[in-house]
Amino acid sequence: PEEIQQQIVRETFHLVLKRDDNICNFLEGGSLIGGSDYKLIYRHYATLYFVFCVDSSESELGILDLIQVFVETLDKCFENVCELDLIFHMDKVHYILQEVVMGGMVLETNMNEIVAQMEAQSRLEKSEGGLSAAPARAVSAVKNINLPEIPRNINIGDLNIKVPNLSQFV
Amino acid sequence: MALKMVKGSIDRMFDKNLQDLVRGIRNHKEDEAKYISQCIDEIKQELKQDNIAVKANAVCKLTYLQMLGYDISWAAFNIIEVMSASKFTFKRIGYLAASQCFHEGTDVIMLTTNQIRKDLSSPSQYDTGVALTGLSCFVTPDLARDLANDIMTLMSHTKPYIRKKAVLIMYKVFLKYPESLRPAFPRLKEKLEDPDPGVQSAAVNVICELARRNPKNYLSLAPLFFKLMTSSTNNWVLIKIIKLFGALTPLEPRLGKKLIEPLTNLIHSTSAMSLLYECVNTVIAVLISLSSGMPNHSASIQLCVQKLRILIEDSDQNLKYLGLLAMSKILRTHPKSVQSHKDLILQCLDDKDESIRLRALDLLYGMVSKKNLMEIVKRLMTHVDKAEGTTYRDELLTKIIDICSQSNYQYITNFEWYISILVELTRLEGTRHGHLIAAQMLDVAIRVKAIRKFAVSQMSALLDSAHLVASSTQRNGICEVLYAAAWICGEFSEHLQEPHQTLEAMLRPKVTTLPGHIQAVYVQNVVKLYASILQQQEQAAEAEAAQEVTQLMVERLPQFVQSADLEVQERASCILQLVKHVQKLQAKGVPVAEEVSALFAGELNPVAPKAQKKVPVPEGLDLDAWINEPPSDSESEDEKPKAIFHDEEQRQARHRHPEVDEEELARRREARKQEQANNPFYIKSSPSPQKRYQDAPGVEHIPVVQIDLSVPLKVPGMPMSEQYVKLEEERRHRQRLEKDKKKRRKKEKEKKGRHRRHSSLPTESDEDIAPAQQVDIVTEEMPENALPSDEDDKDPNDPYRALDIDLDKPLADSEKLPVQKHRNAETLKSPEKEDVPVVEKKSKKPKKKEKKHKEKEREKEKKKEKGKKDLDFWLSTTPPPAPAPAPIPPTVRAAPGPLELSVSAVTAPEDTCEGPRREEAEDEDDDTERDPERKSSRHKKKHKKEKEERTKDKKKVKKKQREPEEENGAAEEEPVPPMSSYCLLAENSYIKMTYDVQASLQKDSQVTVSVILENQSSSFLKNMELNVLDSLNTKMARPEGSSVHDGVPVPFQLPPGVSNEAQFVFTIQSIIMAQKLKGTLSFIAKDADGATHEKLDFRLHFSCSSYLVTTPCYSDAFAKLLESGDLSMSSIKVDGISMSFQNLLAKICFHHHFSVVERVDSCASMYSRSVQGHHVCLLVKKGEHSVSVDGKCSDSTLLSNLLEEMKATLAQC
Repeated sequence: PEEIQQQIVRETFHLVLKRDDNICNFLEGGSLIGGSDYKLIYRHYATLYFVFCVDSSESELGILDLIQVFVETLDKCFENVCELDLIFHMDKVHYILQEVVMGGMVLETNMNEIVAQMEAQSRLEKSEGGLSAAPARAVSAVKNINLPEIPRNINIGDLNIKVPNLSQFV
Repeated sequence: MALKMVKGSIDRMFDKNLQDLVRGIRNHKEDEAKYISQCIDEIKQELKQDNIAVKANAVCKLTYLQMLGYDISWAAFNIIEVMSASKFTFKRIGYLAASQCFHEGTDVIMLTTNQIRKDLSSPSQYDTGVALTGLSCFVTPDLARDLANDIMTLMSHTKPYIRKKAVLIMYKVFLKYPESLRPAFPRLKEKLEDPDPGVQSAAVNVICELARRNPKNYLSLAPLFFKLMTSSTNNWVLIKIIKLFGALTPLEPRLGKKLIEPLTNLIHSTSAMSLLYECVNTVIAVLISLSSGMPNHSASIQLCVQKLRILIEDSDQNLKYLGLLAMSKILRTHPKSVQSHKDLILQCLDDKDESIRLRALDLLYGMVSKKNLMEIVKRLMTHVDKAEGTTYRDELLTKIIDICSQSNYQYITNFEWYISILVELTRLEGTRHGHLIAAQMLDVAIRVKAIRKFAVSQMSALLDSAHLVASSTQRNGICEVLYAAAWICGEFSEHLQEPHQTLEAMLRPKVTTLPGHIQAVYVQNVVKLYASILQQQEQAAEAEAAQEVTQLMVERLPQFVQSADLEVQERASCILQLVKHVQKLQAKGVPVAEEVSALFAGELNPVAPKAQKKVPVPEGLDLDAWINEPPSDSESEDEKPKAIFHDEEQRQARHRHPEVDEEELARRREARKQEQANNPFYIKSSPSPQKRYQDAPGVEHIPVVQIDLSVPLKVPGMPMSEQYVKLEEERRHRQRLEKDKKKRRKKEKEKKGRHRRHSSLPTESDEDIAPAQQVDIVTEEMPENALPSDEDDKDPNDPYRALDIDLDKPLADSEKLPVQKHRNAETLKSPEKEDVPVVEKKSKKPKKKEKKHKEKEREKEKKKEKGKKDLDFWLSTTPPPAPAPAPIPPTVRAAPGPLELSVSAVTAPEDTCEGPRREEAEDEDDDTERDPERKSSRHKKKHKKEKEERTKDKKKVKKKQREPEEENGAAEEEPVPPMSSYCLLAENSYIKMTYDVQASLQKDSQVTVSVILENQSSSFLKNMELNVLDSLNTKMARPEGSSVHDGVPVPFQLPPGVSNEAQFVFTIQSIIMAQKLKGTLSFIAKDADGATHEKLDFRLHFSCSSYLVTTPCYSDAFAKLLESGDLSMSSIKVDGISMSFQNLLAKICFHHHFSVVERVDSCASMYSRSVQGHHVCLLVKKGEHSVSVDGKCSDSTLLSNLLEEMKATLAQC
């Protein structure tokens, strides 16, 4: 499954990468993502692509809105999100995504609700002392910030998991 | 221990955390794999430590590595360890890792069941939430089965955050464990009306997802969704619902009619493009589902098309794309409305976005007409020239062919033009669709006889030109057309102008570079050509020339004999010998042409591709039967029969049929003319010398060489098909002129003013354009009595088929969800018993104190049992009562389940009761358990008969026992009273009808009558129809368009011994009086001897109680109501009561739809509400042997009628 997952991510990345900004944000499903019932819907933010794979029960424009909600939520939770936030805090990104999409189905579309739940969970985490109870490390300056990392930042949360492994990556 | 902890956390300081890992990977670009394997080693060390924090950190890093594509399944057990940590922080990490890497094949997954159950019932909502989220990703059939009940409990959790997750995950559970759908469905339905929008949206989501796969099972929810649609403001929910309606309308056109208006309103009012778009989409679906002919719908279509045009014109490419997509749906049913936007769509062909161009192409397919086909194809041809990239060009090519060949070349008026287009397409380099073009050439040349001559001339030119042969390297490349060209030239060689030249072209050495299958066709057709040349020359008595040709053949054929391709070699050597033989005969001066031609006599007719499949199996032929007794051992003979059939098929294809000769054609033409003459809309031709030629048969009137010098036949550099466009225009113009003349003549003739369509419009409609050729499209041959096309079988592997479950059927015992058994629940009490202490608690507060200790002990147990109770509650199909407020005070505890209450009251009180009461209770309990029949017979005489049957027929027992639940939401595992509210309606030797009247608070003037029809005979009952004589007050709801005297058909048939339930809706105006309606059930009883028409009369009794709806009421509200003083009062007293007060209350609750508000000793207050909002309050007091009932109600007539009915019930006690 890991190989298939990587292959899907890679190919999806190449597909969306070669698309201009001024063309539509839907890609019709190929054999890769489970056939013609599925579509890739993506949005492009600076160096990041957010790709959702959905089937025909979802509204295309609705999903575009949802991606926007997701990104805005990220922005609120990370306070001015930037690419590095996502790279270094993949776990948190997952947690946020899980509040939006659960097991491939859209769970919540209201940003305030999502943010509120995330904050409550962060508080809970803090009250438990968090994962790093050990002395905080000095965060060394991040060198080597190169952007061609993009493939790893593609978010594929597929709505409606009918393709088994799709849910499992971001 | 403490030391170990300290050591652990010191170690931790040197561990990497996730951020370090990410940073490290970024710093080791060159040797990433090495670095990561080093990290994995570290992680393995960390996982060995006891400190859970260290483990969690390790798992967190593993999750990241999994994302990069590394297999981490080896750590599955550690992940479970972290999942079971007590701290939320760790738990969350564990579940995330699990959701990323667990799948159905993970073997340790079964270890998680209990952990997950524990987390689901955790007091912290986030523990529960995280477990739900994780589970949604890795739920397996086993997990689904084991946890379904726990999750269902969570669907009524007090926190909306949990509720919405629980609702959503149910879909996953259904998929893995379809048996859970039916028991869970009522609750799911309830959630559609949850006060929290998030929960509501989740429920809509799940039901939409279910309904999408099996829409017919969800039709009954349409009214509910309709209500949601008109009330909801959440666009996300609206979109879902509207999409769902799109799936439902094809099943129920009446729904569509109802939808049009609100949808149109939404289209007008919404500003959200996504919503607008989905509305338009669903309106389209509605319009498709409605049979055409409703004039007012053209407005809706116009609206849709208009809105779509706005979308397409938008600069946003997404909207453009979707607009085109939706447009193509309209196109299928209303092509006319789309055609007017041709300009826009053609414009989209030039769009820079390929997806948009492709969508536009799809649209073109449906937009062509006879009139514009040439123009559109011309446009496409210019695109073909411009297109860069072979994929799009190939797409264009296939589209051109699709467009032209659709519905049997319906839109092609000039086949010469089409052939030219095909020939032009052969100039495309590097296409993969050579075979497509070839197939078209063959098809047209074979099926359109008139075009053969032209086709042959074009094909011989193709054979002559070198460029095609050069491109032979590519598979399926353009050289494929040579296959068609060679075959056409060979088969129709009589049309060749210069056969000799073509023969030479086909025998060129270069031909041997072509793919084998093409060469084979070359060889075969060379002979055909040769045969026809021989014949010509022998007729012309040019023996020498004939011998020269033979010589040529003998010289050139050997190059094929050397071919590496088996087929080519075989054919070539066979033919070479044949020609050599001919040569010998020729040398002797024997005429051979006749015999050589005889090899290819007759004509090949096209056979439909499915012809073989459609041959009906003759009667009496059983293909599965053994012809000979099967051999004792299965020898590998499987292959043989197949081979035989294969052979047959081919022979069929080669079968030669006598040709339809010219005479026959003429006769048909005559017949058609006759038919046209009788058609008032057809413009008749009157014999006129100038126009005669138009009627001339066949090729004569092809206007190809009507030499018009103003149009050069071939403009250099310009595609050849161009000329046809112009020629065609002229031809049409000419036709028009002629028609006009005819018309004028006719007008003069028919001056008397017969009603005639006014057809002198300047533009011609499609039908007016007569084809240039005698388009005698030979239809493909089909075997006689071919069967209608067989439906494609559904894919049996579709996972969603398992969810195709009828949700309206009442639940059966066997369908219960497995409930986890708890250690401390081994007493195996029915959950209802658990309920009773709650009731008791209210009434016996002082007593209860003594037992506080005991109660406490049981508290735990009760909590766990709660799930079970809930389950019982879900099984009810009655509309849910208003959701109970979150914190449940003791007095209200029973409130969420007034229905439960009614049942629990019937069952024996549990052991918290003391003394005589207790004894009595146990008696009762035993009694009922040992002999439920006796007990129920005491309850209801009417049921006596049914009960006798019950003993006979187990199946029936189930059915009957289900009745009360169905009606009342009672528990199914309830061992005791099968109290049924169904009473006998009528009965004869064929059928027995029992009925029940149900009211619902949602509809204030409607009641539903459920009638159970039971076939008691050995006949098959069908065409059942129920009719009643409406009264002024009470009317049966009939399908639209039927009159008040029409009956309502029962939607099923009854085989012998089967029963089923039908529901009929009645509208009522006043409910204060009981009503009786006379009615008849008519049906046809069919048995071996024949069918008879039968009738059964009945009287349908609507009691006042049936208008009451069980509604919970809290004691404070009840007190207020009584205080208000606007209720009138009345009372009754019944003597000779022997039944226990408990059971008495149960009877009132059950039969008269009351709920107990409060009960103190032998006195109880009860409440109910009518569908029209009357409050009814009762105070029931039990004396020694009597019961008195005081009632208060907002309507005195209603009250007195109710009390009368109650008196009758109590008198039986």
